[in-house]
Amino acid sequence: MTSSKSGPGHNNSLYGPLDDVSGDAGYADHPARVGFFTDTSVCIGCKACEVACKEWNGLPEPEADQLALTGMSYDNTTALGADSWRHVAFIEQPLIAPEPASPDDQGSGTRWLMASDVCKHCTHAACLDVCPTGALVRTEFGTVIVQPDVCNGCAYCVSACPFGVIDRREGDGRAWKCTMCYDRLRGGLEPACAKACPTDSIQFGPLDELLAIAESRLEDLHAAGQVEARLYGADPDDGIGGAGAFFLLLDEPQVYGLPPDPVVTSRDLPREWRWAGAGAGLLAAGVAIAFAGRTRE
Amino acid sequence: MSEELQVPPAEFQSYYGRPILKVTRWKEPHLPAYLVLGELSGALAIVGALAHATGRRALARTARIGAAAAAYGGGAFLTAELGRPERFLNMLRVAKPTSPMSMGSWILASHSGLVSAAAASEITGLMPGLGTAAGVAAAVTGPALAAYPSVLFANTAVPAWHSSYRELPLLFASGAMTAAAATGLAVGALATDRSDFEVARRLAIVGAALEGVAGYTLEASSEPDAEPYRTGDGARMLTAARYLTLSGGVAALAARRSRIAAMAAAALLAGGGYCAKAGVLRAGKESARDPKYVVASQAKGERAG
Repeated sequence: MTSSKSGPGHNNSLYGPLDDVSGDAGYADHPARVGFFTDTSVCIGCKACEVACKEWNGLPEPEADQLALTGMSYDNTTALGADSWRHVAFIEQPLIAPEPASPDDQGSGTRWLMASDVCKHCTHAACLDVCPTGALVRTEFGTVIVQPDVCNGCAYCVSACPFGVIDRREGDGRAWKCTMCYDRLRGGLEPACAKACPTDSIQFGPLDELLAIAESRLEDLHAAGQVEARLYGADPDDGIGGAGAFFLLLDEPQVYGLPPDPVVTSRDLPREWRWAGAGAGLLAAGVAIAFAGRTRE
Repeated sequence: MSEELQVPPAEFQSYYGRPILKVTRWKEPHLPAYLVLGELSGALAIVGALAHATGRRALARTARIGAAAAAYGGGAFLTAELGRPERFLNMLRVAKPTSPMSMGSWILASHSGLVSAAAASEITGLMPGLGTAAGVAAAVTGPALAAYPSVLFANTAVPAWHSSYRELPLLFASGAMTAAAATGLAVGALATDRSDFEVARRLAIVGAALEGVAGYTLEASSEPDAEPYRTGDGARMLTAARYLTLSGGVAALAARRSRIAAMAAAALLAGGGYCAKAGVLRAGKESARDPKYVVASQAKGERAG
């Protein structure tokens, strides 16, 4: 496995901890890196974030045939995509114990998990790495955005994202995802979803401050007996160098439709090119062999 | 709080069985057709250079013109694959080493320029020195064009693709050989001058054998990421590819005596090459569609690729 540390100062451009993500992208002078801390333990599933996001960003409404009820609890959005940049997941879990599993569950026999998912704005963003046109860029805030006037819809980012976030909008032909409300950030406002969240499940701010808040919240939950609470995307030593949008979850990530241990694919580029080089050599050798020897006719 | 009060840990829980990853938007026939034409152009560029160097004039002419035609055909399919085809040239807006598609676009652009120059010189008879130089340079860009798609696939979050970074280069290299051989066999079967037929025939046999090995290694590669190569839609295409390609190789053995066998070999090899690429595409879609592949590949706990 590749070493995740490059010594003090963490300047890993492709993989591993990276202290100054905007600086690494070429911003000499830039504001502090901002992000989302989504604390799912206080999410009430109101979907105000989904609505605020759609309203502010002018996202297209679904086609009539996509408005069917899914049967997935209260989730009829189903996933993040080109037209849904926040997605609230609803998970109903039967409890085997007769006693309440947490102070919130009044012995109902069911635990209800709700979580507002969003683009992770990875420290090492595979979508950005693989984009051939430069349409995907790192902003001065450390976030990742698509420039719609540049994107040519090659869809490489769609297969590169380890979270299944970014997607191409059919009919429009371009890739779209959460911008963390780049326009609002430029104007000194917080993103629409965080503004609309009535329980502060979605918190916005400088990433280091959010991480401190999250650690403290996790300690409180553990002390209250919620031993299954865990942070997701908060570790700079993880496979994406830590996320700009991280979460407090109450179960395994895959239960929420999240990958358990995602890795930025760019980590493995050198070995992929080496093997491709071997393939190119083999091709040249194979053709040369066909030319070797006498031609019988 | 004790452990017993928690939700029972299941072996694997997904979110209503929904995909964790997005299923690729790449489609048939565009992507497989681009891959086949790209590797064909790449291999023909090498054939053209070697044929020129060994004095096989007719073969050099066929290869040079074929390489240019295939490059343009491949480029057309690649452009049609885009959500915004009119922005194809944005591919050359930047050169990004972290993007295999950016590198591939530059390889395709330079290769297309070189094979165009070689073909133009061949057809018009003008500036034969420049044509030869371009042809030799295209023998360098050719293998790169044929092999880079292995990185294009491997450098994704799709488990079946990401884990096959060792096997895919063999599939594309051997596919390039059989694609060029198919062209040579078809042209040779139609031509009256069959003096260069043996080169295509040998290339068909070598390529078909290697493509058979490539298909086998792809299915046998690291568990459990390679499962979509063994079962399902992609596996069926890969199996079909192997039967077609190996039949094509066998037909090529008989192609010296029979023009019909030569034409059959060409068709079988071309079909096998296309099905192999379509099989890889479909296996990748299945790999992204079922969340169990993502969870299984990441549960190994070592962040292994």
